[in-house]
Amino acid sequence: METVIELAGVVKSFGRSRALDHLDLTVRCGEVHGFLGPNGAGKTTTIRVLLGLLRRDGGEARLLGGDPWRDAAALHRRLAYVPGEVNLWPNLTGGEVIDLLGALRGGLDRARRSQLVERFELDPTKRCRAYSKGNRQKVALVAALAADVELYLLDEPSSGLDPLVAATFQDVVRERRQAGKTILLSSHILSEVEALCDRLTIIRAGRAVESGTFAELRHLTRTTVSVETARPIGSIAGLPGVHGLSLDGSRAQFGVDPGGLNGVLQHLVGCGVQSLTSSQPTLEEIFMRHYEDGAAVPAAAGALVASR
Amino acid sequence: MSAPAAVLTTVTRPGRRDAADPASRFAGLHRLLRLALRRDRITLPAWILGITGLMAAFTAMCVSGMHSCTDVIRQTAFFGSSPALRILGVPSGASVGGYTLLRGYLTLAVLAALMSIMAVVRHTRQGEETGRAELVGAAVVGRHSALGAALVVTATADVLLAGLVGLAMMVNGQPVAGSLAAGIAVGGVGLVFGGVAAVTAQLSSSTRSAIGLATAVLGIACLLSGLGNMLGTVTDGGLQVHSAWPAWASPVGWGEQIRPFGDTIWWPVVLFAALFAGLAGLAGILESQRDGGRGLIAERRGRAEAGRWLPGLSGLALRLQRGSLLGWAIGMLGFGVVFGAISGQIRGAQGAALQWYTRMGGSDHIVAAYLTSMLEMAGMGVALFVVQSLLRIRSEEAQGHLESLLATGTSRHRWALSHLLSTLLGATVLMLVFAVSMGLAAGPVLGVPAHLLGELIPAGLVQLAGIAVIGGAVLAVTALTPRWATPLSWVACVSFIVLGPLFGASLGLPGWAQDISPFTHLPKAPAVAVSYLPIVAMVGAALALTGAGLGWFRRRSLSLPA
Repeated sequence: METVIELAGVVKSFGRSRALDHLDLTVRCGEVHGFLGPNGAGKTTTIRVLLGLLRRDGGEARLLGGDPWRDAAALHRRLAYVPGEVNLWPNLTGGEVIDLLGALRGGLDRARRSQLVERFELDPTKRCRAYSKGNRQKVALVAALAADVELYLLDEPSSGLDPLVAATFQDVVRERRQAGKTILLSSHILSEVEALCDRLTIIRAGRAVESGTFAELRHLTRTTVSVETARPIGSIAGLPGVHGLSLDGSRAQFGVDPGGLNGVLQHLVGCGVQSLTSSQPTLEEIFMRHYEDGAAVPAAAGALVASR
Repeated sequence: MSAPAAVLTTVTRPGRRDAADPASRFAGLHRLLRLALRRDRITLPAWILGITGLMAAFTAMCVSGMHSCTDVIRQTAFFGSSPALRILGVPSGASVGGYTLLRGYLTLAVLAALMSIMAVVRHTRQGEETGRAELVGAAVVGRHSALGAALVVTATADVLLAGLVGLAMMVNGQPVAGSLAAGIAVGGVGLVFGGVAAVTAQLSSSTRSAIGLATAVLGIACLLSGLGNMLGTVTDGGLQVHSAWPAWASPVGWGEQIRPFGDTIWWPVVLFAALFAGLAGLAGILESQRDGGRGLIAERRGRAEAGRWLPGLSGLALRLQRGSLLGWAIGMLGFGVVFGAISGQIRGAQGAALQWYTRMGGSDHIVAAYLTSMLEMAGMGVALFVVQSLLRIRSEEAQGHLESLLATGTSRHRWALSHLLSTLLGATVLMLVFAVSMGLAAGPVLGVPAHLLGELIPAGLVQLAGIAVIGGAVLAVTALTPRWATPLSWVACVSFIVLGPLFGASLGLPGWAQDISPFTHLPKAPAVAVSYLPIVAMVGAALALTGAGLGWFRRRSLSLPA
């Protein structure tokens, strides 16, 4: 199977507010797919539509080759889910919840269950009422990741985890990926997505604004160059692709479009480069660029998604 | 490292000495009061108006049903001369107002108590369980402010309720003093159980068990007052009954001992106020002794792995209702033993009481008629359990637990059916507990052979057909309109009970109205031989409602928390 998740033009409204506005999302088999967006962008709604908990108002949706609404229960045997807000039965223990959810999914891997409980340092004898947010999250993570399924849907899975446990979580996700599993990871923690994901989709106001590999997305942004030269840098501002030049004596900092890099470097060599740092745009920068200027995004987004 | 050690030696132990500044313990009270009023602006008025409206309806029906003084005397006398009916109240002379209270007081008092229990728990333990109290408590808010606000709001609601219930009787032409006394009898029970809930909210660490504990106390109070009334001394051919001591051990009984419209005694009003104050003070003391968010009854550790019974949907549904089922079973056991034990006194019933039993029980054999009416009463009680238990399908959805479940290989149908079946299983157990305990207690008293159990058990199971209809209705309503599921289910259940054989006929309701209740149609076993047509019809109705509910449930989006 080539694609595990295929959403095309999915619409979901709650009353008058439109949570998903012609959303497109493609997740390929065997990849870790980042699903990135600010609060309220529609990440959780998308996952609930994929789980058949919410009924889409329009558009096409395929999940593991089936219809997520019609074939919900049958499809769910092949996936595991960590909800964004983990609500557990207050009078059951964490261990009981893990076994219950595992049994309802058709069994879980006992060895991996105990191994994960240990790695996440979870006390399974406590009642869910007594767990902190991070510990409730661990219960949901163990319940999902101990299942031997094809697809994992993780909705902001590391929220509330401390950095050590978050690192353990990343290790486990990598192991699952190496085992050939597909993972959809919704998040607004950029470093996590950067560390784990093969491809990503950025969602804003219910629409996918960008989608692709990291290389493809970096392609869309400028490289930041800081340089110190022996001779004055001169007329660099006039070169094609250079933006936002700030000059301070012999030091300069500016952004360069990918197409303008070669010309800029040739110019700099003539000025006697003494030190130079160039930085790739981080995901933060991509992210900020798409959420800071509200009006420009949808038009650009349409073009980007269409060109993909 | 020496500095902290020095500090430690000089620090005074907090906790018991925090009484130094009484004002600080109630800091922010007025703001929390306004918050509570804002949150309850629909809930409490709806409760108060609902109870008031019920009282107005009861009074109007009794006024229009009584055509002459002889009617009033006859009806009151047969009520007073029947031990089983005296569970509902004690006559203090013949009057329309007094007769209305005999019919309606217990229902109204229980509703007032439930209103108060839920209001107090909503503003105390529920806040702690959901973490809201933490958010609020981090502001300039005293240790007892939330409890204080809850009690002030609840007490105000009960005082209003007392006045309005009195007014509801007055506008129906009843004497002012008696009407006021009746209002106070109802509101007083509400007040006391607000205090009870304040204490149970300190004891247990969850909303559900705080409400459950307080409701259990309410059940015991009802049992005590009923027992006291049954064992009371009857004079004037049933027009006057003076209750035995157990009635005085129960706040529900105090309301009856005020004897509105008769030789009204006002001083039990002081008992209400004193007990409320005592319970509020006790709750305050307990609150100073415990950590925020915890209950005094400590949480035990549990199993690290699911036991053999839990995995699976039915296991989960049974596990979730385990505590409440146990409480109900103890209650049914208690009522069964008491009602069975007094069955011997029924034989002595004569005149009007004899007629009533024979009409309601459908047999001129008085004991069989009595046992039938008791089973009908138990069936209606179990219907309340069924609504309470099945509404969990709503709360599981609203609290988001359902999201994790349906993300597994569980279908909506299997999940909903697991709750329906485990609830009906629980209802079956409860009816069996009642039938068996009543039979075992009645056997030696009546001196009848052991075949009594053989009659009572199938007769008790007959009630399940009517109960199943209510179960199906709850499922259908939850599927169709989740937001209104809880109020609609309770209204439907209470209507079926009021329209049913226990109240409908004696309130003089028209036949078509009585026919709405499934209980009206059930065969009156064991007094009358079981006919299967009505049972098949009821089971058919239950299946139709369930089918419709499952169909609707499959078609809608879940209403999950954000």
